[in-house]
Amino acid sequence: MGKIYELRLYVAGKTTKSVVALENLKRICEEHLKGKYSIEVIDLLEKPQLAEGDQILAIPTLVKKVPEPVRKIIGDLSNVEKVLVGLDIRPISTD
Amino acid sequence: MATTRKKPERMQSSVFSKTRSGISGLDEITLGGLPSGRPTLICGEPGSGKTLFSIEFLVKGALDYDEPGVFMAFEEKADELRTNVASLGFDLEKLEKDKKIRIDYVHIDRSEIEETGEYDLEGLFIRLGHAIDSIGAKRVALDTIENLFSGLNNEGILRAEIRRLFQFLKSKGVTAIITGERGEKSLTRQGLEEYVSDCVILLDHRVVNQISTRILRIIKYRGSVHGTNEYPFLIDDEGISVLPVTSLELNKEVSLESIASGIPALDKMLGFRGFYKGSSILVSGTAGTGKTSVAATFADAACKRKERCLFFAFEESPKQIIRNMNSIGLNMQRHVDKGFLEFYASRPTLYGLEMHLVAIHKAIKKFKPDVVVLDPITNLISIGSVSEVKTMLVRLIDFLQAEQITVMFTALALNNTITEQTDEGVSSLVDAWLMIRDIDSNGERNRGLYIMKSRGMKHSNQIREFVITDRGLDLVDVFLTEDGVLTGSARKARMLLEQTGEVIHAQAISRKDRELARKRKVLESKIDSLRSEYESAEEELNKVYVEEALKKQVMGETLSKMTDLRRADISEDKKITVKKSKK
Repeated sequence: MGKIYELRLYVAGKTTKSVVALENLKRICEEHLKGKYSIEVIDLLEKPQLAEGDQILAIPTLVKKVPEPVRKIIGDLSNVEKVLVGLDIRPISTD
Repeated sequence: MATTRKKPERMQSSVFSKTRSGISGLDEITLGGLPSGRPTLICGEPGSGKTLFSIEFLVKGALDYDEPGVFMAFEEKADELRTNVASLGFDLEKLEKDKKIRIDYVHIDRSEIEETGEYDLEGLFIRLGHAIDSIGAKRVALDTIENLFSGLNNEGILRAEIRRLFQFLKSKGVTAIITGERGEKSLTRQGLEEYVSDCVILLDHRVVNQISTRILRIIKYRGSVHGTNEYPFLIDDEGISVLPVTSLELNKEVSLESIASGIPALDKMLGFRGFYKGSSILVSGTAGTGKTSVAATFADAACKRKERCLFFAFEESPKQIIRNMNSIGLNMQRHVDKGFLEFYASRPTLYGLEMHLVAIHKAIKKFKPDVVVLDPITNLISIGSVSEVKTMLVRLIDFLQAEQITVMFTALALNNTITEQTDEGVSSLVDAWLMIRDIDSNGERNRGLYIMKSRGMKHSNQIREFVITDRGLDLVDVFLTEDGVLTGSARKARMLLEQTGEVIHAQAISRKDRELARKRKVLESKIDSLRSEYESAEEELNKVYVEEALKKQVMGETLSKMTDLRRADISEDKKITVKKSKK
């Protein structure tokens, strides 16, 4: 697992959901991907033109571009299990 | 499609203004267009034309009203969309380059997306807002937002966000079209959009007798009156055309001008004038009576007057008509070449009745004819009931009268008896009705034409024989005899007979004349001879007289000579002696 996770978090201003999402993301990454990740936070209020490129609809959206496949996780990332599955860190549990 | 650029016309209203959609016919039904700055929902089944409707709204806005638009596609990719609408003559690529239209494809792939916790659709709003601001859009189309529901799970959030989206669109002041798939029980699957939209238009299609008709209905229009009927509409190579409402009032302008029928003898029957301009004329008759020829002659006459004529052929192809009319001396091809005549041929079964009406409307609006011919309307009955055909024709006649276009219909009568009604039931609608019927006698079939009615015109009540010659059509007086009406060869024979009779009669008269002259000559010569006889008798008589006188004279002279000789002794008695001797 030597890959670097490039993560982008799209937010729109400093809303509660955005703040919660960023906190959750940092916590999860520290726990599971220590030293193997980079987080870029994009505020669409400042750069609205970027929304089209990554097909952003919902806010907040976390986009994992690398490693493939591209995945998007929307919401405030409060469910750790789902985030880990979404980032392909943990296989989908069978139970 | 208007090519001139118009300023957006807004209805003068204190309540709210309307934005002209630019879709042909729709603005008439909505009395001005869609509500400005408000969202309108277009709902319908798959394939009902929702996407096209929204695209045309944007394109017309960009081209005709100088209102840029944003198209947010949830279904088709931008490339697909461009290709699909290119067939309608919309060049999206150019409009995009000119910053008139912006297409934003929203891709939602459920397999890529994981949902966790609270979120909202602010991202979508930001994208839309950015797109609107980047080209200063006044119009927005969202096609189809319910695709969000297939991509995202949290329905509660979505419903709330869609409400917010409508508010967002209103706050942006854009006139928006939102499309939605029709649900089972409600107008949309989610049963949500119709409540938050200010205007709801339903697109549908109906199949009757295997023929599909697209229809449009305005279900709701907040704060405005609108047509509530179902209106048929057509999608063709120029986009959508909705059949506009025909006015239900009977207050048309009428014309006193009259136009010739192309058959001088027929004009004579109509009081030397022909038909009124803007009137409707029905030519009905059984098969093969020359209805198309009458119609073609009428069209030909119009073209010769340099008027424009549109010929709707439902039975024959234009080439067939041109060829067939050549045989009666009508050269229609040259009118086509000069652009005075245009044929519009279609099989009645091509599409539904309403669709035909829309197509006819369109063709008329485009060609702007003075004269229209529909040949024949009978075939329309194969795709609709009598009452439907009648309704359609009423609307057509209404429209044509409003445009002051003279129309001639031909109709096939199936039976040879004179009925008070044509099969289409339009006889009461038309202004003039020519009836051509077969006159069957002496083992031949001839055509008789008469005028069943001609509103507002003195017209002949006679049956004329209708003859088709190499040099066109003509009407001939029929022969009325004690046996009835004579036509065709019977008429010719009768005429011949009468001619012969006249010759014989003339012959007889001249013989009598000669006889008389001869008699007269004889008498005259008799008179001459009598006169000469008389003259000779008279001469004879005169001769006697003269001789007598001469004799007397001579005798007298002799007597006096003798007296003179005896003069010596007789003096007194001389006279007496002479007297005595005389005795």
